[in-house]
Amino acid sequence: MADITFTLNGERITLREEPNLRFLDVLREKLNHTGAKEGCGEGECGACAILLDGHIVNSCLLPLASVDGRDVVTIEGYRMTERYQMLEKAFIEEGAVQCGICTPGMMIAAESMLRENPDPTDEEIRHGLAGNLCRCTGYNMIIAAIRRAAKEGEGLW
Amino acid sequence: MKKKTFKTVNTQFPSVDGKGIMMGRPAYTDDFAPVDALTIKVLRSPHPFARIASIDTSAAEAMEGVEIVLTHKDFKRNPFTRAGQGYPEPSPHDKFVLDEYVRYVGDEVAAVAAVDEETALSALDAIDVEYEVYEPVLDFESAKGHDSIIHPEKEVYEMFPIGFDPERNVAASYHMEIGDVEQTLAQSDVVVEETFYTQAQAHTMLEPHTVNAHIDYQDRLVLFSATQTPFHVRRILSQTLEVPISRIRVIKPRVGGGFGGKQAIHGEMLAAAVTLRTGRPSKLTYTRQEVFESSYTRHPMRLNIRIGSTKDGRLTALDLQGLSDTGAYGEHALTVYMVTGSKVLPLYNKVDAVRFAGDVVYTNHVSSGAFRGYGAVQGNFALESAIDKVADKLGMDPMALRQKNMILEGETSPIFEVMGEGTEGTAMDMESCKLDYCVKRGMELIGYEEKSPRREVSEHKIRSIGGAIAMQGSGIPYIDMGAATLKLNDDGFFNLTVGATDIGQGSDTILAQIAAEQLEVPLEKMVVYSSDTDLTPFDVGAYASSTTYVSGNAVLKAAQQMRSRLVEEAARSMQTSPEAIIYEDGRFEAEDGSPGIDLGELATKLYYNEDQKQLTTTGSYYGTKSPPPFMVGFVEIEIDRETGELDILDYVSVVDCGTTINPALARGQIEGGIVQGIGMALTEDEHYSKKGKLISKDFLNYKIPDNYTVKKLTTEFADSYEDSGPYGAKSVAEIGIDTPPAALANAVENALGVRIRSLPITPEKIVAALKESRTDT
Repeated sequence: MADITFTLNGERITLREEPNLRFLDVLREKLNHTGAKEGCGEGECGACAILLDGHIVNSCLLPLASVDGRDVVTIEGYRMTERYQMLEKAFIEEGAVQCGICTPGMMIAAESMLRENPDPTDEEIRHGLAGNLCRCTGYNMIIAAIRRAAKEGEGLW
Repeated sequence: MKKKTFKTVNTQFPSVDGKGIMMGRPAYTDDFAPVDALTIKVLRSPHPFARIASIDTSAAEAMEGVEIVLTHKDFKRNPFTRAGQGYPEPSPHDKFVLDEYVRYVGDEVAAVAAVDEETALSALDAIDVEYEVYEPVLDFESAKGHDSIIHPEKEVYEMFPIGFDPERNVAASYHMEIGDVEQTLAQSDVVVEETFYTQAQAHTMLEPHTVNAHIDYQDRLVLFSATQTPFHVRRILSQTLEVPISRIRVIKPRVGGGFGGKQAIHGEMLAAAVTLRTGRPSKLTYTRQEVFESSYTRHPMRLNIRIGSTKDGRLTALDLQGLSDTGAYGEHALTVYMVTGSKVLPLYNKVDAVRFAGDVVYTNHVSSGAFRGYGAVQGNFALESAIDKVADKLGMDPMALRQKNMILEGETSPIFEVMGEGTEGTAMDMESCKLDYCVKRGMELIGYEEKSPRREVSEHKIRSIGGAIAMQGSGIPYIDMGAATLKLNDDGFFNLTVGATDIGQGSDTILAQIAAEQLEVPLEKMVVYSSDTDLTPFDVGAYASSTTYVSGNAVLKAAQQMRSRLVEEAARSMQTSPEAIIYEDGRFEAEDGSPGIDLGELATKLYYNEDQKQLTTTGSYYGTKSPPPFMVGFVEIEIDRETGELDILDYVSVVDCGTTINPALARGQIEGGIVQGIGMALTEDEHYSKKGKLISKDFLNYKIPDNYTVKKLTTEFADSYEDSGPYGAKSVAEIGIDTPPAALANAVENALGVRIRSLPITPEKIVAALKESRTDT
């Protein structure tokens, strides 16, 4: 057991837990944050993506100890932002959601990418989302949604 | 055609549940797992075929935190099928909850339920098993009559004749012939004969199989399950575990993709058994490896096809004979194989003779089962590849050959009457079939005249076009039933409860649109809930492309009844006759000009003020036919003639699914299906070691399409109206997956002159075929 202190969606919290717990399990089972999903448990699908100090990370590969002293944003926090609203609107307009398991991870990936590159080309969007798998849509609606959000949300990122 | 302008259907509304899903709100099975649930882990067989000679669980049971250990000794030998299908099932009852035999690497040996995952996994390690290892059957072409009998147990049985012959490793068998195929082929000017192979494809829905169970305050067993078929799950659990069906409740929350993979029992049996025996909540979530290794895949097949034609291109005979590999268990064995013929061969309905036959055999590989396309994608690859060969032999354009022979509106095929799903079929005419328009429009969109068959764009690169046509169905007539209940609430909004299972395809949304259209209310007045065996009416579930057509018709019936009940109540309130009421857009007016009333006001009065009562209506529907959706798919590729690597430049789909209830969601179904079909055509393949162990059991070794695979999809819908469908709709979920394998194989042949006959079409196979063709010449 160890005390791990980090910021979760803007709130500073301390947990006394085994430091080698998977952070995804901590989020889902200890903190009741079920927005991040487990798709593969091996860092290959991106359904469990979160932002760690602003960068996308697969929480299924992240030991709890690694978040000590750092800033964590999950979809539960990100959905409170204006940027999220813009992405949500674009995802709806482009019909980019089917089963939805990959969607929170796609949102996080989009945020991480747009933060570094607010005016991406299609190729850059595809590259930015390369770590996120979707089995339902065929992807192009998701790419179009992010293109639309970047365009209509100019200045947000 | 009684097409009219619609208010709510045929309109691109966003999904009713999209926002909450995007926000990551709890919606899926695992989001509702009780915090104190025992974690179930399964010990799985390391051998493809063995008998458990002895199993010692004492050390595992003694471990702190282990609640229960289950082995085959704990269960009655009560065979069932995991397949979620109409009852009696056309799949052999050949599976036991836990068995003394293990039949593939990954088969269940024992289950542990413990306080946490770590303890459960340690307990699995502590189980001591001795196996009597048998020679496995790893090649499906030598399975029939093999010395190793995969199901030697005496208890297995078929529920009605399906050709089940376990002593010869045959799970099911089928034969039909219309006309005299041999004689017709002998008299044909041209005969093409080809053999094709299709592979095991994994569903890889992003949400793994997951279930959690608890006993509620009324002492009933409640399961949350990521399933396509909650009512079948309830029935199979009851029959197999011998628990009264009235004591079981199955809740299907939001499901993270299915594609047929969840049209079956997976973890439900063990979770139910653990919770029933311990009284404690439990959960079982498959790891990604278990999803690959221990659920099921698409049936691999060998398909031998012969096509006869006159020299001017009139097709005379179709003969499709094959062999299907159902793996260790026979889920969907017969019905998938029958669809390989029944939803493929009617495309060319004017032949003089047609035959379809074959065996479905057991092997010691991962089971095969339902998967979007359900046999039709395999059959389509064989037929639509061979049609291009016929055109080549005749010196005809392949699309011209199709246009000359394909099924048209108003026509029929004798196959519809002969072949159903596991049983005889249902005769039907094609009251809506715009395949001729689809082909013509598809040729325009892909630029067929200019681009077909090939153009050299550089020394190494060639661009080419390949096409294929396809059909599917809309539910299983006389077997699959769906039902819907509408409940009026005060202020005039409705609860629409349906047994139909939204698994991400958007059925909740389109069913709400159908009800809102009939009741002339805005979509937000329709609150949809699916599905819960306690609360929602029956529906067989999401499979066989049935939801839009079958469940949609049930919703329409419930809404029509609700509308006439509302008119009666309005007439009573307005003191006039129902015949005098005009209802439009949520308002009742009388022909005689007496004061009208809003739906909301009427509803509130019904609950609080006037002749108070609850208005509830239920509609049920089963099809008396299965109107097929049709489509054409064209692909333009750029291929490197040295390396065999190809890029997809565009994939054009023109689809006739009748009215699209929600054009955006219909497009999502088609494009998602196309991309899964491209995965099957180009990269996806289950690899086994020589000893029968699955190698491709993660996303690194099993390549599904990523966002680079196909950057342009062009999708259009034909203007079509199916009179028997809700507001003219047919179903649309499966057909998208059917055309890519043949269209891509045809494009590769058009580019390089080599025919790839086994899927997936990899650069290695293309290069090998090129080498061979150079040696030949």
